[in-house]
Amino acid sequence: MIVKEKPKAFYDTFERKGAGQEVTHYCPGCGHGTAHKLIAELLVELDIQDRTIFLSPVGCSVFAYYYMDTGNIQCAHGRAPAVGTGIRRTHKDAILISYQGDGDLAAIGTAEIIHAANRGENMTVFFINNAIYGMTGGQMAPTTLEGQKTLTTPLGRSSGRDGNPIGMAEVMDAIKAPVYIERVSLSTPGKVLKARKVFKKALENQIDKKGFSFVEVLSPCPINWKMDPVEARSWMQEHLEPLYPVRNFRDGSHLPVPHDDFIPFMKEDEIINLLSSGGAIPDVKASESDLEQRVKIAGFGGQGVLSAGILLANYAIASGYEATWLPSYGPEMRGGKANAGVIFSNRSIGSPVVAEPNVLIALNSPSLTSFENDVEPGGLIMVNSTLVREEVKRDDVDVLYIPASEMARESGVLATANIIMLTIYLKYKGLADTELLRKVLPLSVKRKDAVDLNLKMMEKALAYYDRELA
Amino acid sequence: MSNKVKQLIKGNEAVIYGALMGGATHFFGYPITPASEIAHGAAKYFTLSGRHFLQAESEVSVINMLYGASGAGARVMTASSGPGMSLMAEGLSYIAGAELPCVVVDVQRAGPGLGNIWPEQSDYNITVKGGGHGNYKSIVLAPHSAQEMCDFTYQAFELADKYRITVIVLADAYIGQMMEAVEIPDRLLEGERKDWALYADKESRGNLVTSILMDPQLQSEHNWKLQRKYEQISREFCQWEELECEDADYLLVAYGISARVCHSAVEVLRKKGVKAGLLRPKTLFPFPEDRLKELASSARKVAAAELSNGQMADDVDRLCGGLCPTERLCWLGGVIPSVQEICDTVEGWESGVER
Ligand SMILES: Cc1ncc(C[n+]2csc(CCOP(=O)(O)OP(=O)(O)O)c2C)c(N)n1
Ligand code: SF4
Repeated sequence: MIVKEKPKAFYDTFERKGAGQEVTHYCPGCGHGTAHKLIAELLVELDIQDRTIFLSPVGCSVFAYYYMDTGNIQCAHGRAPAVGTGIRRTHKDAILISYQGDGDLAAIGTAEIIHAANRGENMTVFFINNAIYGMTGGQMAPTTLEGQKTLTTPLGRSSGRDGNPIGMAEVMDAIKAPVYIERVSLSTPGKVLKARKVFKKALENQIDKKGFSFVEVLSPCPINWKMDPVEARSWMQEHLEPLYPVRNFRDGSHLPVPHDDFIPFMKEDEIINLLSSGGAIPDVKASESDLEQRVKIAGFGGQGVLSAGILLANYAIASGYEATWLPSYGPEMRGGKANAGVIFSNRSIGSPVVAEPNVLIALNSPSLTSFENDVEPGGLIMVNSTLVREEVKRDDVDVLYIPASEMARESGVLATANIIMLTIYLKYKGLADTELLRKVLPLSVKRKDAVDLNLKMMEKALAYYDRELA
Repeated sequence: MSNKVKQLIKGNEAVIYGALMGGATHFFGYPITPASEIAHGAAKYFTLSGRHFLQAESEVSVINMLYGASGAGARVMTASSGPGMSLMAEGLSYIAGAELPCVVVDVQRAGPGLGNIWPEQSDYNITVKGGGHGNYKSIVLAPHSAQEMCDFTYQAFELADKYRITVIVLADAYIGQMMEAVEIPDRLLEGERKDWALYADKESRGNLVTSILMDPQLQSEHNWKLQRKYEQISREFCQWEELECEDADYLLVAYGISARVCHSAVEVLRKKGVKAGLLRPKTLFPFPEDRLKELASSARKVAAAELSNGQMADDVDRLCGGLCPTERLCWLGGVIPSVQEICDTVEGWESGVER
């Protein structure tokens, strides 16, 4: 197509194009040239050229950046609305033009267009419906008409075999967020004038931050329709427009601007505070003893297995050890089973996997059954004797039976059995430092009242130890 | 004693700490186990700190949102795992072609297909060798601890900007799920204005972000330029860690969770008098090639230990060829070797009795 009067938002010469820098690469009579020109004129008229970023698709208009004297970004096939979403979150005041063909938008890019529309992204989408894949030489598009012959529907598109023509303006109209939806046609000079008004409104909406505007443009592809440009325009009026009615679907441009959840940008110290809000581990002392504890805590969900592990790891680090915590996760947790492996040592820890624990804390019966045999000879098995009826069969390990759930129940909160077991374990190993435990507890137990309760249970456990086990 | 704040957090959470302090402003994500905590953390901390988090409709959209935001000059990231990485291949290729900086955390799980959520290291090829179409590479960092999840992500944004490249933090399910003590970096890094990016203003109006070059001559020049960039990175930035390597007869090469297990194995073996060592690449691209060759020339055996069918071992074999015999220790499907297993194997080599 030869551009007679070049709009100011077109480059003077199309240097990016290589050869033939005076003319566009579009075929004679192609609708892309017309649509480009309308947009380019409006960029100047609306004074938005500097802040416009033009998103070119994959399709014949992939080279829109040859012409548009704006910021340009070329997008993967169908993905321009996602690319635009990324840009929108970066530059609030950018004018984003997503210009897409019917293969690009209505086939490969359906997810991206629907979700950008559904989020109400403040952008303007020009959807060029030419009922065919132009760039790749004339294959079926989702918009191809029943009976229409293309390279991939050589017998004519059959709805039984190939599906039905899709009306994207109608699809958009099923979504709540878009502010403006209209279908226009480039089949006659009068309709082009009308299209220009619609294009303008769709851009003004964006300037006013009204949200997502969608303009479907019925557009000729004479080459692949195998018609001359005049024939192509008649064919549009006789076949394309009856199926794809040229009309407004929605105009909410009078509605107020959608709300914007602005949160101020934090500076360095604010971010550090934010990230530290969970509380820091106190740097208390360096460990003296040479030890490696590999602790498996197991029970059912709700028994605080994971949080007991976290408490232990926090405590170990505060005591000067290195520590790792590895949970059971994902589907493993379904059906209510949970376990956590904690390793702490004065040396650097290699594998965090507790395959051969030297301490097993079994809060329920399945845990004992599952892990009893894994325990290292000479290790320790602690059994919650309230819930575990069976005895430990091994005779090469130390065993402590603690009625932890019963003790917890007496104080009204069953879920504190974990703290009881943990405290007794630390005491038994000569590792309990009550002051430090007190300091570390809030790091693993988030609710203030729970901290107090857990502290109470710790005291109770220590008293039990002195009474029954010392 | 450091005055940095120390916390017990998951590797996945540590990523977010590193990212925010590293100057990341945009996180686009899609949930997938075992990487989801990263998106959870981003949703909370990116939003509260006035950065941007968005849950996209798919990983395909995620990577294209990164393409857009990075093209617009932002420091961007996502985190995913196997199936999500597959979906992002096309976008990563576009990002490489357009030379956009971008950070992707891959918390590897077992494949192929839906596989399972336990650790594998089977995304080595699709991350270290490229992954999408075309001749491109990403910088690949391989953390083995929660602290490194934080530190490597922190560092990733500077690297990505410097070289206009994708930096992949290649972790695995255990490194992501494990909690360890982590010190938060105390300096906030910030990206600068990029002369090639789109800022929707007059100065950047002439800029173009694209990967299409229709003229074979121009595409060829561009591709060679990319290759020179990758060579430059290999010269300038390569990191690894050594454990008992100097006099090692049996050199294990491992990263991530495998390196943790090998670390324990080397300690046990040394106690028994077996001269084992561990070379742990912290960067997989660039790979510590020269150092490996040096160590291989004085070792009796070099063994790649990994949770894959030998994807890294192919590189180790190639590099050690003619220098010393190589072995492969491979585990698949989410199975983690025990320390014992590795020790037994190495002791078998030592005694001449293969087990
Ligand atoms: C992932 C992917 N698949 C296929 C292609 C090949 N391709 C290039 S253009 C195109 C069709 C474009 O048709 P349409 O969107 O209707 O635009 P038009 O050329 O008609 O303007 C296709 C399939 C591609 N570039 N990327
Ligand atoms: S193939 Fe069709 S859509 Fe493409 S430039 Fe030619 S006429 Fe236009």
